[in-house]
Amino acid sequence: MEQLFNRKYIIQGLFIVIAIILLAKLFYIQIISDKAFVAAESNVLKKKFKYPARGAILDRKMRVIVQNEPVYDLMVIPNEVKSFDTLALANALDISVDDIRKNMRKARLKSNYQSTPFSKQISVQSYARLQEIMYRFPGFSTQDRTIRHYPDSVGGQLFGYVKEVNQDDIDKSDGYYRSGDYIGKSGLERSYEEFLRGEKGVVNTVYDAKNIPQGSYADGKYDINAISGERLISGIDIQVQKLGEELMTNKVGAVVAIEPSSGEILAMISSPGYDPNLLVGKSQGNNYMDLIGNPYRPSMVRPIQGYYPPGSSFKPIDALIGLQEGVIDPNMTFNCPGYYMAGNHKVKCEHVDGNISMRRGIARSCNTYFCHVFQKLITKNGMKNQRQTYQDWRDKVAKFGFGSKLDIDLPFEKKGYFYNADHYDKIYGKRWGYTTVISQAIGQGEITATPLQIANAMAIIANRGYYIRPHLIKAMGDKLLVKKEYVTKNYVGVDEKYFEPVIDGMQEAVNSAWGTAVLSRIPDIIMCGKTGTVQNSRGKNHSVFIGFAPRDNPKIAIAVIVENAGFGSTYAAPIASYMVEKYLNGAVSGNRVAQVEWMKNQNLLPLLIDKSKKLKLTKADSLIIRKTDSLKRINDSLRLKAATAKRPISAQLVKKPTITIKSDPNKK
Amino acid sequence: MIQQQGNRFFFNVDWITVLIYILLCIIGFANIYASIPHPDNSAAFDFSSSYGKQFIYVISGLVLGLSLLLFDGRLFNVFAPFIYGITLILLIAVLFIGRNVGGNQAWIPIGSFRLQPSEFAKFGTALLIARYVSTFSPKFRDFKSIFIVGIIVAAPLVLIMMQPDTGSALVFLAFMFPLYREGLSGYFLLIFLGMIVLFVADFLVPVSILIAIILTISGLFIYANKRKQKLIITTVFVTLIAIGYLFVVKIAYEKVLQQHQRNRIELMLGLKTDNKGAGYNVIQSQIAIGSGQATGRGFLQGTQTKYGYVPAQSTDFIFSTIGEEWGFLGCSVVIGLYIFLLLRLINLAERQRSTFSRVYGYSVACILFFHIFINIGMTIGIIPVIGIPLPFISYGGSSLWSFTILLFIFLKLDSNRMGFI
Ligand SMILES: [Zn+2]
Repeated sequence: MEQLFNRKYIIQGLFIVIAIILLAKLFYIQIISDKAFVAAESNVLKKKFKYPARGAILDRKMRVIVQNEPVYDLMVIPNEVKSFDTLALANALDISVDDIRKNMRKARLKSNYQSTPFSKQISVQSYARLQEIMYRFPGFSTQDRTIRHYPDSVGGQLFGYVKEVNQDDIDKSDGYYRSGDYIGKSGLERSYEEFLRGEKGVVNTVYDAKNIPQGSYADGKYDINAISGERLISGIDIQVQKLGEELMTNKVGAVVAIEPSSGEILAMISSPGYDPNLLVGKSQGNNYMDLIGNPYRPSMVRPIQGYYPPGSSFKPIDALIGLQEGVIDPNMTFNCPGYYMAGNHKVKCEHVDGNISMRRGIARSCNTYFCHVFQKLITKNGMKNQRQTYQDWRDKVAKFGFGSKLDIDLPFEKKGYFYNADHYDKIYGKRWGYTTVISQAIGQGEITATPLQIANAMAIIANRGYYIRPHLIKAMGDKLLVKKEYVTKNYVGVDEKYFEPVIDGMQEAVNSAWGTAVLSRIPDIIMCGKTGTVQNSRGKNHSVFIGFAPRDNPKIAIAVIVENAGFGSTYAAPIASYMVEKYLNGAVSGNRVAQVEWMKNQNLLPLLIDKSKKLKLTKADSLIIRKTDSLKRINDSLRLKAATAKRPISAQLVKKPTITIKSDPNKK
Repeated sequence: MIQQQGNRFFFNVDWITVLIYILLCIIGFANIYASIPHPDNSAAFDFSSSYGKQFIYVISGLVLGLSLLLFDGRLFNVFAPFIYGITLILLIAVLFIGRNVGGNQAWIPIGSFRLQPSEFAKFGTALLIARYVSTFSPKFRDFKSIFIVGIIVAAPLVLIMMQPDTGSALVFLAFMFPLYREGLSGYFLLIFLGMIVLFVADFLVPVSILIAIILTISGLFIYANKRKQKLIITTVFVTLIAIGYLFVVKIAYEKVLQQHQRNRIELMLGLKTDNKGAGYNVIQSQIAIGSGQATGRGFLQGTQTKYGYVPAQSTDFIFSTIGEEWGFLGCSVVIGLYIFLLLRLINLAERQRSTFSRVYGYSVACILFFHIFINIGMTIGIIPVIGIPLPFISYGGSSLWSFTILLFIFLKLDSNRMGFI
């Protein structure tokens, strides 16, 4: 029989085994796994994010064009809500008791345990009322954040808009964005997101088991202060921008004005535009859908996305390359019988110019002259080498910025079409020559460019041979940082001396009696320019003007395109001249003030025959678009003819000396 | 016997055990102090708070313990049936006049003090078993002696189950070990272990698979012992009982156990997760303990403890405070102290000449062991939530005093080990 006292060891052994089991489990949960530690932290620690104010955007004279406005959201954590006085809350918020219940249900659907918006962007009055009675509503809290505000209500497409991040943004951000954050979705808000957004702050608060805050975690050691976004200084002159948008009211088109010496964009108008304040806050979603659905496509950023044939504004470039290549000299003349025969294809000229030289050819925009120049350029190496010569010419023109992006600081820029020789090989095989592509000579046909490219070409001429990539933001943050690509000069390979004869012609176009843009002369300022009438297969021709001023030491280069408006001299040139004058002199002077008002009131919106019935234009005041009926269109065109005829006289009758566009950005 | 002159009462007392007892009480007091909120402007020492009361319980417990040493050890032997009888009467009384706390009819209020008869039933039972074994020297080979000790254990156990206080009742199973030491067959322990294994397996594995496993094992066993007819019959018998047991457990589980008990078992077995309901305590307790990591957050620095995330933190879940604020190191020290105490008690029991003292000593060690294992096991999630206190550490006068009485009676018996009781 076994010794019973040996059973002591079995019992003691059991004690030890159990102790080891306990210690093993403890070792696991305390030392190996950190799950419990993490869970403990999340038990007591609640992180509250502090949202920094986005950076402001200033214009070139440091006037605020984009700023922030505080708004207040009422938040709720549904499972912390005790039964409360619904009526009192409804009264404080100015909504119905039903709405309270509805919002509560919505919040519960989103999350029971997390702070969810209950009522977004409550009024300042509601906010004040709530502050006094908040203690009666456990589970509710107010959160302040800022939304964008645009004092001048201009530049919608340039600034873009800011919106709550979607899952895609969160996934792509390497953990920076969390649900509920905001991100710049388009325009400058998008391209400068990293500067504008600032740095989020975090406040760590300790909560007890009953969810009552117990103060700061670790004496705030891990708290992070929110850092406001960096300020951007734009090259925009808000007054010129505003005048431009008013002039382009009820017109489809684009204006781009550049300071040639710096590449800074002074004004950039995409018409029809919209008030950027529409894409802010509560009704952002609805307004956005309205914009998207609008047949005039105000959401399109025409200066960088619209494709237009450069038209006769392309002619100075022909002339410059001709001079550089030595195929022509400024005094060489060609005969213009009112047309040019390219093989058996006739290119018409607007006039019968007779023997015409470069200066006059440019001033009168003679198609015949430039077809001859083009012929010389493409055939200079003999008829057999036309393909290669075309390609060389094409590459030289491309240096002016055509056919590729200019890398402006806006998203979604397009590059336009400007074909290489291969393209024609594909269509015509080897059997093509200058006559096949003769329309390139006058900037028609297969070449298309964005208004930005066209304005940039003008800046090149103003600079006599180089450009700086056009950009909207000239300095970032307090350190006034500038991106390197926005200070580098890009030379186009045409010597400075060849520019003067071309500029002479452009000066005459505006300033001499036979010029095409003579009606747009600005008193005391020598503007050099060029009108263009771009054929439009789908309707009335586009009215185009390009130019720069003053002739010496130019301060502004501009391109104006008004769709379906006919001759360049009628609309585009005057609009350019008012903006140039406004920029250079600070105001439009004399009898031109009345002309400005007249121009603003012109409605040149193309008829939308098919879509007009479906057209739903809500918030007529907000969109700058008006629906027009055909009767009004006829009246407009009649009045237009009359007005053009007797404009100088009628303008004199108006006694207002000058007009300053209301421009104080601080006044709302 | 010279020392007996000046120090007669405390002669031969095992002061090392007393020292461990005091250490554990101090650890208990400190952690109870830590597990209630301490505003910065609170008074220096608040006797109306739980730690203030525990302070009084510890001091009075120590006085009670030391004064037990003044008794003649033989009295416990003599009065064993009487004490047992009183505890049974109290257990019956509590069913009628007891205060219902948390669904358990467990307390008899006496002034501001609440007497918990189930605590005292433990040493009452221990004394009577010791008395029975020492008087009749049964070897537990016969049915009669097993039946008699079975009755002695079952009477208070059933009465406590009726409160119902399953946790305290379970502790009475601890008497298996002293009886085992006195000759009860090891098969009882194996059967007991087998029942637990089958019980757990019954929930985790489908019955059909379990039966298949049992049949396979017994088949192989019979094949290996095919010449021994008697063994084969026993095996078949045991197999049938085991299979029957599986179904009984299933049915009993559904019909007998209450919903909250079922929940606790299912949570422990991982069949259910519940972060807010019955599982909340265990999850929060494990979070608190686990977050202590190697060395703990430091005294009064435990966030889970300070901000009330673990319910019943100063009583049944006091170990979570130790785990959080003192980490693995602190837990090891406490478990180490307990194991040292338990092993020492077994050694002390073995050095008794008197069977009465030895059986009683084993009973004390094993009751403490059950409390420690069940309580700590519960706080770290390896045992279902069974609300029994951690000896000497958990808050509460009734449990501290009953453990003190349990322990100091043995110390008194041990100091008399040279004589016969
Ligand atoms: Zn001509």
